[in-house]
Amino acid sequence: MKERLRNIRNRHHWWPLVLLGAGWFCVPLFANSYWTDVANFFGIYMLLGLSLNIIVGYAGMFNLGHAAFYAVGAYTTAIINTRFGIPLLVLMPIAALTAAGFAALITRPVLHLRGDYLCIVTIGFGEIVRIALINNPFGLTGGPNGVLGIDRPALFGFTFYQPGHFFYLIWVIVILVMFGMRRLENSRLGRAWNYVREDELAAEAMGIDATNMKLLAFILGAGLAGIAGTLYAGKMTVIAPESFGFWESVVMFAIVVLGGPGSIPGVVVGTFGMFVLPEIFRGFSSARMLVFGAAMMLMMIFRPQGLWPSQRVLRVRQAEGLESQGSAAGRPA
Amino acid sequence: MALLVIEDLYVNYGHIAALKGINLQVAEGEIVTLLGANGAGKSTTLRAISSLIKPKQGRIIFRGQDLQRVPAHDIVRIGIAHAPEGRRVFATLSVAENLLLGGYWRRRDRRGIQETLSKVYEFFPRLAERRHQLAGTLSGGEQQMLAIGRALMADPKLLMLDEPSLGLAPLLVQNIFRVIREINQLGVTVLLVEQNVRAALRLADRGSVLETGRVVLSGTAKELAQDERVRKSYLGEQ
Repeated sequence: MKERLRNIRNRHHWWPLVLLGAGWFCVPLFANSYWTDVANFFGIYMLLGLSLNIIVGYAGMFNLGHAAFYAVGAYTTAIINTRFGIPLLVLMPIAALTAAGFAALITRPVLHLRGDYLCIVTIGFGEIVRIALINNPFGLTGGPNGVLGIDRPALFGFTFYQPGHFFYLIWVIVILVMFGMRRLENSRLGRAWNYVREDELAAEAMGIDATNMKLLAFILGAGLAGIAGTLYAGKMTVIAPESFGFWESVVMFAIVVLGGPGSIPGVVVGTFGMFVLPEIFRGFSSARMLVFGAAMMLMMIFRPQGLWPSQRVLRVRQAEGLESQGSAAGRPA
Repeated sequence: MALLVIEDLYVNYGHIAALKGINLQVAEGEIVTLLGANGAGKSTTLRAISSLIKPKQGRIIFRGQDLQRVPAHDIVRIGIAHAPEGRRVFATLSVAENLLLGGYWRRRDRRGIQETLSKVYEFFPRLAERRHQLAGTLSGGEQQMLAIGRALMADPKLLMLDEPSLGLAPLLVQNIFRVIREINQLGVTVLLVEQNVRAALRLADRGSVLETGRVVLSGTAKELAQDERVRKSYLGEQ
């Protein structure tokens, strides 16, 4: 098992990934509509996990209010669609831009906060957005009932309405985003985030505008969450504030932390653990929270780096091991 | 004309005054050293020049430009590179990646970056040998070489080094100071903060001694080395 995992990790052995992907795309042919829908929400949560991973994993900022950006994307889509009848897939970039703009506006004043302080502020953002939606500002959001009668997404006259249809729509986007993330990780921007996360002061001294980089992380992360919001609105055709509560933010955060911050396969594993496993064990629903809590505690004790940590984190662990060996052997400076 | 002029600089940390009116001039091509005990304000001076902290009062002028409104991330663009105290290399990145970070702002100038990179590897052959190794696995001396190399990658006019000898074996200190001289001979002005007064005065052209946020003594390195107070307090002679 370990051997096989290592093979997948190795960039030269990419074909197991392709096989796995091809196999995954056959799922709707065999699964019933219930499990296909589970796979659909698996995909939506993965998009949310990947988007939060930019903020938490790459840029290293705590964000426990990510559902706010998800909500802005979903509500932008829902409101414009139900009022003006603009098709959903056209609204997708608009939802992304709105969520990104919203993130830029509200996070810019608090970017200088660090760690837990930023975390508390983002919890506040999440709650403010949820409560604002319930209060039905300007009669736009429909209050606690939400927005009803959202169109199904359609492409070239084909309407996505069955779970199987959505499966392909969602997962094509997920795969594209994963490729994009991979490129982003190794880009100049990805490296800049890395520097800022590891040592903001040294990064500034080397000419990186840390504040700008953090803002960009929020903008990109929120934009992607907005896209997930459009998909959610199109899938459900009804959205309500309760779908964007604090618990959603916690789940997204746990997806990133459980899988290993900054790691794309980590998000896959984390989403599986946070969303698919509870679905599989739905029969034991009364004990679910108990098991969930225990699993979280065990994780933090035995695998604090995440289930599938990023290569960098692994490398540091190795490096730290070497370092302590080195000093134990009394190596001179 | 002086490359860097500091006029009447005051810096506070909260209510505590760290610098109480520093005056300093660095001419082009010089090696100038700031000496003094812990808490004298040496590192604070460098941090103020790098805009990492905002002065309460006073001016810092580099090549005729007042640095007051220049944000920290633009300081490196106008030609000042800072190798901060405690090295602060990125442990999770390789040696080569750390060096490339130093050239981050020169993104359009790939040839220039490559040229500087090979120059850095010439100064520090050890870094070339270990270019793919994680910076966190380097020894203290190698990390210091990396910190200096990273600062050089920015192609600075002024190189500011904060205690490059900290925690290093005497032989390594000699090695690193020799390279600092070589760098200087290529036309880079050096502002060196040191507690190793003996080594610093052998290397520098001029120096200033700081005590609790004030310059108490300035002069050529030779004058300082013969000054009675310096010899008693910093060189441990009777």
